[in-house]
Amino acid sequence: MSMEYAVLILLLPLVTFLLLGLVGTRFSARTAGLIGSGVLAVVACLAYVTAWNYFSMPRVEGVRVPVVPLNFEWLHFTDQLHIDLGILLDPISVMMLVVITTVSLMVHLYSLGYMKGERGFQRYYAFLSLFTFSMLGLVVATNIFQTYIFWELVGVSSYLLIGFYYTKPEAVAASKKAFIVTRFADLGFLIGILLLSYFTGTFSFERLTSGDASVFADAAGVTFLGGSVIAWAVALIFIGCAGKSAMFPLHIWLPDAMEGPTPVSALIHAATMVVAGVYLVARLFPVYFFQAPEVLVMIAVVGAFTSLYAAVVACVQTDIKRVLAFSTISQIGFMMVALGVSGMEGHEGLGYMASMFHLFTHAMFKALLFLGAGAIIHAVHSNEMKYMGGLRRQMPITHLTFLIACLAISGIPPFSGFFSKDEILAACFEFSPWMGGIMSFIAALTAFYMFRLYYNIFWAQPAVHEPGHEPHEAPANMTIPLVILAAISCVAGFIPFGHFVSADGQSLTTHLEGSVAVTSVVIACVAIGIATVLYRKGTNPVPAHLAERFKGLHKAAYHRFYIDEFYQFVTHRIIFRYISRPIAWFDRHVIDGALNGLAWSAQRLSYAIRGLQSGQIQQYAYVFLLGTLIIVVLVLWV
Amino acid sequence: MSLLSLFVLIPLLMLLGLWMAQGMKQIRAVMVTGASLLLGLSFVVLGGYLSERAAGNTAEMLFMADTMWFAPLNIHYAVGVDGISVAMLILSSLIVFTGVFASWKMDPMPKEFFLWFCLLSVGVFGFFISIDLFTMFMFYEVALIPMYLLIGVWGTGKKEYAAMKLTLMLMGGSALLLVGILGIYFHSAPEGGTYTMNILEIAQNQMPIGAQRLFFPLTFVGFGVLGALFPFHTWSPDGHASAPTSVSMLHAGVLMKLGGYGCFRVAIFLMPEAAQELSWIFLLLTGISVVYGAFSACVQTDLKYINAYSSVSHCGLVLFAILMLNQTAMTGAVMQMLSHGLMTALFFALIGMIYGRTHTRDIREMGGLMKIMPFLGVGYVIAGLASLGLPGLSGFVAEMTVFVGSFQHDDTFHRVLTIVATTSIVITAVYILRVVGKLLYGSVVNQNHLALTDATWFERVAVVVLIAAIVAIGVAPLWISNMIGGSLAPVVEQLLK
Repeated sequence: MSMEYAVLILLLPLVTFLLLGLVGTRFSARTAGLIGSGVLAVVACLAYVTAWNYFSMPRVEGVRVPVVPLNFEWLHFTDQLHIDLGILLDPISVMMLVVITTVSLMVHLYSLGYMKGERGFQRYYAFLSLFTFSMLGLVVATNIFQTYIFWELVGVSSYLLIGFYYTKPEAVAASKKAFIVTRFADLGFLIGILLLSYFTGTFSFERLTSGDASVFADAAGVTFLGGSVIAWAVALIFIGCAGKSAMFPLHIWLPDAMEGPTPVSALIHAATMVVAGVYLVARLFPVYFFQAPEVLVMIAVVGAFTSLYAAVVACVQTDIKRVLAFSTISQIGFMMVALGVSGMEGHEGLGYMASMFHLFTHAMFKALLFLGAGAIIHAVHSNEMKYMGGLRRQMPITHLTFLIACLAISGIPPFSGFFSKDEILAACFEFSPWMGGIMSFIAALTAFYMFRLYYNIFWAQPAVHEPGHEPHEAPANMTIPLVILAAISCVAGFIPFGHFVSADGQSLTTHLEGSVAVTSVVIACVAIGIATVLYRKGTNPVPAHLAERFKGLHKAAYHRFYIDEFYQFVTHRIIFRYISRPIAWFDRHVIDGALNGLAWSAQRLSYAIRGLQSGQIQQYAYVFLLGTLIIVVLVLWV
Repeated sequence: MSLLSLFVLIPLLMLLGLWMAQGMKQIRAVMVTGASLLLGLSFVVLGGYLSERAAGNTAEMLFMADTMWFAPLNIHYAVGVDGISVAMLILSSLIVFTGVFASWKMDPMPKEFFLWFCLLSVGVFGFFISIDLFTMFMFYEVALIPMYLLIGVWGTGKKEYAAMKLTLMLMGGSALLLVGILGIYFHSAPEGGTYTMNILEIAQNQMPIGAQRLFFPLTFVGFGVLGALFPFHTWSPDGHASAPTSVSMLHAGVLMKLGGYGCFRVAIFLMPEAAQELSWIFLLLTGISVVYGAFSACVQTDLKYINAYSSVSHCGLVLFAILMLNQTAMTGAVMQMLSHGLMTALFFALIGMIYGRTHTRDIREMGGLMKIMPFLGVGYVIAGLASLGLPGLSGFVAEMTVFVGSFQHDDTFHRVLTIVATTSIVITAVYILRVVGKLLYGSVVNQNHLALTDATWFERVAVVVLIAAIVAIGVAPLWISNMIGGSLAPVVEQLLK
């Protein structure tokens, strides 16, 4: 089946970026926004058509085969190694196309209202198009170097969008931090690619994941510090994934990235870019599974730890976007864990499928949460919980959709999060009861902090607002995307996901694990109950007492366990003060000093011997005579 | 009359034109016409070269011409180009062209300034087309000497000191080079016969290994000084900081490439065995350059110093890749020369334009310029992104070719060094984003800056042309990497022999 039209999915956002980026200011803000949104609507339709066509293709021996409608050589290194640009359609990339275009379209529409009247509206839409293009290019990559290229491009789009309010120092600092932290992680990614390609002689995903052991034959027996070289390579690649997907300890950029406009947080820092790391691990899953199972375990551990850490921190944050940011980190941890505990064949691949399923459902409800938060921030002009409270009356649509998203993320049936999270927990329990237990506890924490957030915003004590600045419901172009996303969050759980996406490409039928499902729902309900008691009225003194009682822990969690301070110390103290400054000093004073010293001594020397050429005949005659005398003496005596 | 000789002839005619020109208008007319002709010519040569290659012409050098110049020493005026020289010619003509626009309002003594500027161009173009060691060396010197006056007379700050330092250090390099070249000359006929200066002929015969061991370091360091080889790079920060805008552009953009090109064309091409034996020493030095330059750039506060150190890092990568002695890494080296030339010229052009408005280059005294001069601001961001290796701009393809190529080396030592060199991509991001954040974003530091204006039309020409070239290479790198890689095949063959 020919799917060449898939090229348009990539090209259209690129063209929009160029158009709006180069001549955007010639258009009115409204036209620019409509161009951007209109093009994205077309792109989304194309993505749906692609998905429809792809998934209705007949299976070959029960397996969904990938389709490559386009692949051409872009840069040639050696006969084996060359960067190709192309489009690879397989279950996960097609699923991602749907996710990205859907969320991006919602964000485009929403921004028409949210960003209205902002300076640089055209620029904003240009950057959104650039981001969409890069993200789509990332997921359809046919080879790992193409992934790297678009990986960097999404990074820079994220940088530009976080720093959209470039006159605000916090936004500038946050954008810089996001870029540098992910760049550092990408260094690992790059070295991983170099290692992997050196030993396998290919960048192509098709070759790497074919399961053909001969690809890795050259690496056989090559070890470094006890690990096989392929394990090192994929572990390094995972560092890149951890950077993009904000895994501990490379997560520090994501909470700060909330300085960007809220729709951007919804698109980039909740639904799409931050799951790129999960996506890449899934893309290379056969390599991890067959060549480096120990790295998979590491991924599971990192994911679980991150998830726990972020959930604890989320419980005490007061900035609503930061709560959501830590919640995102925690949920991505879930996806990583699911991949880490997954197997390959049949039902053993449950974790893989659950991870992708959770990626899908999470993208929808987390985008909804962020867009809802945007509507709230728009209404009260603050991110802080204390300026909110009691908003359910003024903002009924936002309230309802936000509640649906909270129920979804807490794992309450029949909302989408329940199904995906349940499968992740089932996979974890199969891996080890410990893992299952920890992840269930985190699920309970999730329900708790989400409802703490929910009650603080919509119930509790209404904050006092200046007259004339009372909060009011957002305009239609902002509420419609909320409603659409809420509708998706209600029904997405019933998609027979294993039928579309699975580790081995075979259809995977899943059924609810009775015990796991019941336990997880019960503990989620208990957690919600606790949150209700503590935060619904906003007058319960227990939270304040608890904070006082566990002052140290509360403070540490509020300050995110001082990880940022540690980085600050490392970068400012060590890199700037103890590396860069001494090097710069050394350069100016030692190396350059040596050269200046050379020049200086040459000059001194020439001054010193200048006296010899005085031009005085008497002196010359005198020296001449003296010299002759010395020679005579020497000849006679020696 | 060979096509290539026009590259020398046009700047000479420009000299004549300038000499007769009256007033600024005529000077500009002469310069713009000449620079456009050179630019056109370089594309004609490119087209001719590609079509010859497509037609199956496999000669090592094309458009060759040879005239006896000084018979007793067998010195010829011999020219010819391969893919690498074509790439360098395009780079040089682009930078000469944009440099003219960047110095549109030259003051004082515009006529004299442009006279030296043209003379410098004669040297640069002559160097890249020469295939005779002696003429090559002569053009090299012709390119260096105008620098002294251009910086000493039209520069800023500690200009006399900088001009003197730069000239002396580069002359020191030339001295080594002269010895090296004479050494090569006297070993050019190991089996008897007449000595020759012709590079292609020397490469036919293998120089005795003893002589190679002696003269390889001399020529490599001699050219390396100009290519900012650690620890002979300190002329670069002072020189760049004091030089006027277009001179900085030409110097960092083209002159530093003379160093890399010379290292490759003379040191490695003619003495491959010694190169293989001794490359590890220089790999260490260049590896240091790459990381050391980047770290030094992190704490500078003068825009030009930042870019000078960044050039140390990026040019270090050029020499580093050349020394890897395989086709991919060397292709990457030439692409890095091209890419670095373009983006550093863009940087210096923009810095000059900003300095012309704010009269300071200290980033602590500026801020929030993006709002005041969006065009220059966006240009600066693009230059920065190219410098930190964003895909779609030229820096990425060049660096990746270098890294992948270098990593293909069978020796672990080389691969470890490659990993060390890759760390520069993070440090580069640090200093680039630091500058962009301080200079362009945030709030306006000096209220007087609010009255400043954005780029004029001639400044826009310079910026747009350079950005277009950076994007063109970054988006469609295949043809240029094939052109360069194809020309490197004989060198690699020489190495494997």
